[in-house]
Amino acid sequence: MKQFKAFVIKEFYHVLRDKRSLLLLIGLPIVQIFLFGFALSNEVKNATIMIVDQSKDAASLSISEKIRNNDNFHFVGFGYAYKDAHTAFMRGEIQAAVIIPPNFQKSILRRENPTIQIIGDATDPNTATAVINYVTVITMNFQRQALGMTSPVSIDVRNHMLYNPELKGVTNFVPGLMALVLMLIGVLMTSVSIVKEKEMGTMEILLVSPFHPLAAIIAKAVPYLLVSIFNLCMILLISIHVLGMPMEGSYFLLFSMSVLLIITALSMGLFISNQTSSQQVAMLISLMGMLLPTMLFTGFMFPIENMPIPLQIISNFAASKWYYIIVKNIMIKGLGVAYFWKEALVLVGMTIFFIVMSLRRFKMRLA
Amino acid sequence: MEPIIFTKNLTKKFGDFIAVNNISFSVEKGEIFGFLGANGAGKTTAMKMLCGLLVPTSGLGKVAGYDISTQSDSIKRRIGYMSQKFSLYEDLTVRENMQFFGGIYGLRNKEIQKKIEYYHDLWSNNEMFDGLVGSLPLGWKQKVAFATAMMHDPDIVFLDEPTGGVDPIVRRQFWELIYKASDQGTTIFVTTHYMDEAEYCNRVSIMVDGEIAAMDSPKNLKIAYHTDTMDDVFYQLARKAQRSETV
Repeated sequence: MKQFKAFVIKEFYHVLRDKRSLLLLIGLPIVQIFLFGFALSNEVKNATIMIVDQSKDAASLSISEKIRNNDNFHFVGFGYAYKDAHTAFMRGEIQAAVIIPPNFQKSILRRENPTIQIIGDATDPNTATAVINYVTVITMNFQRQALGMTSPVSIDVRNHMLYNPELKGVTNFVPGLMALVLMLIGVLMTSVSIVKEKEMGTMEILLVSPFHPLAAIIAKAVPYLLVSIFNLCMILLISIHVLGMPMEGSYFLLFSMSVLLIITALSMGLFISNQTSSQQVAMLISLMGMLLPTMLFTGFMFPIENMPIPLQIISNFAASKWYYIIVKNIMIKGLGVAYFWKEALVLVGMTIFFIVMSLRRFKMRLA
Repeated sequence: MEPIIFTKNLTKKFGDFIAVNNISFSVEKGEIFGFLGANGAGKTTAMKMLCGLLVPTSGLGKVAGYDISTQSDSIKRRIGYMSQKFSLYEDLTVRENMQFFGGIYGLRNKEIQKKIEYYHDLWSNNEMFDGLVGSLPLGWKQKVAFATAMMHDPDIVFLDEPTGGVDPIVRRQFWELIYKASDQGTTIFVTTHYMDEAEYCNRVSIMVDGEIAAMDSPKNLKIAYHTDTMDDVFYQLARKAQRSETV
């Protein structure tokens, strides 16, 4: 234990002395969360929009009113006919147009299912999709209210977009960012710091000492575990209090699951460090083999359901994907372990796999 | 008395390549034993087997009374090792390096402190202890590396080319450290390229192509090879080598 303590102290010196890396380790997640939260948001603010209201009755005015008052839109003006919207699109004055058909209210009263047309400028598909989603939400809300007024059957509005009524991006990217940061620090830093000992020649000295190599690796992980937990706290603090991320579930569960992902990441870092003997290679493998899949296959940037089947299968190998599902279940839905034990088990399995593989290599190398 | 290092037909093969071929020798307690040979002759491989870093392919080896194939954990507590590569943590101070290496050998703080004070007095260079190792001149780094290898008072210390790349004055100072350790009863097992250093050893062995070609005191070797320098002894033996730098 005393030996272990000496080792951990040494590791802290390494981490604390390397000011530039430390700044990066702690600063990067904070910068990222602000970037994602404010700049790189999927949310569309002030999308220019035109409404072509061909009815001008109570129902259509009510809908246009809602659109005009919505923060996501910048209302440009009313058009009188479809060609007005067309011209505005051509001139690049609007990004979306809403066309309300004639006799809108009458159609509703006659239960004729009137159609509202939303046209988006798909040269910017993200914005177009977002705008269409926003307008859909508004009209559906209206429809429910309108039906509720006239029909004796009351419809539960909460059923619609239960967890994310305003289609906020924060519920998507916060869990994704947590996964990304924990993976980045876990995999990259462990692999680089172990390979560094090899490169410097200190690994030989450690192997000659009575200190067990496995204990050395665990000791190496301690500072990064603490840094990761610190980062996790910062992300949660900012995302919950500044960005309005919901937190419905248990903090204990969230932290234990996060520690599980950190351990998975550390075991991957250990595995990588066993395969290479230079810091550059370790860094390259970590970035290509871990950062890229995390970005692509976690599901917070690109929806996995929309990917071709082979890629969907590959996505199952990304540890962050499973963690992402778990975190969403805890933070947004407030669910307990009964709902995501399978995902947790996948992470445990991955961890065991990488540790066993590393230990096998380790023995071979010593022989 | 039982020799502190003892090998019989010790062999290490890497595939078809026989790095160390059937070497048998013994080193007495307190001896300064020089382990010479050209690059690729198998010195480092032999040394790594003795330290428990490599498992022998065949043959017997005993260090401090323990079998190198089966009891390497017990050996590790009794030996110190200074590798060919300079191997301290550059981003730690001299004091912190000593505390760390003392710590992983399970030394108590008091014992570590005593050791640091010993080198404090020996080197009378106080500000050096709190400077980062990375900023020290190479000669000092080597001396500090030796001191850290000696933190736990090992029975035997293995030095793999400890004076590579440093100037003659520092080499001399380094050998003074070695003599001090030897006077206190530590066995020194040292590899070197410098033949003047070979003269400092009680006994030397010269490895050629994985085998021990000669082993005796420098004085006797010079008589046997009819020359008055170790340089010449080494040259006569090493030029018969079939293999060049392979490892």
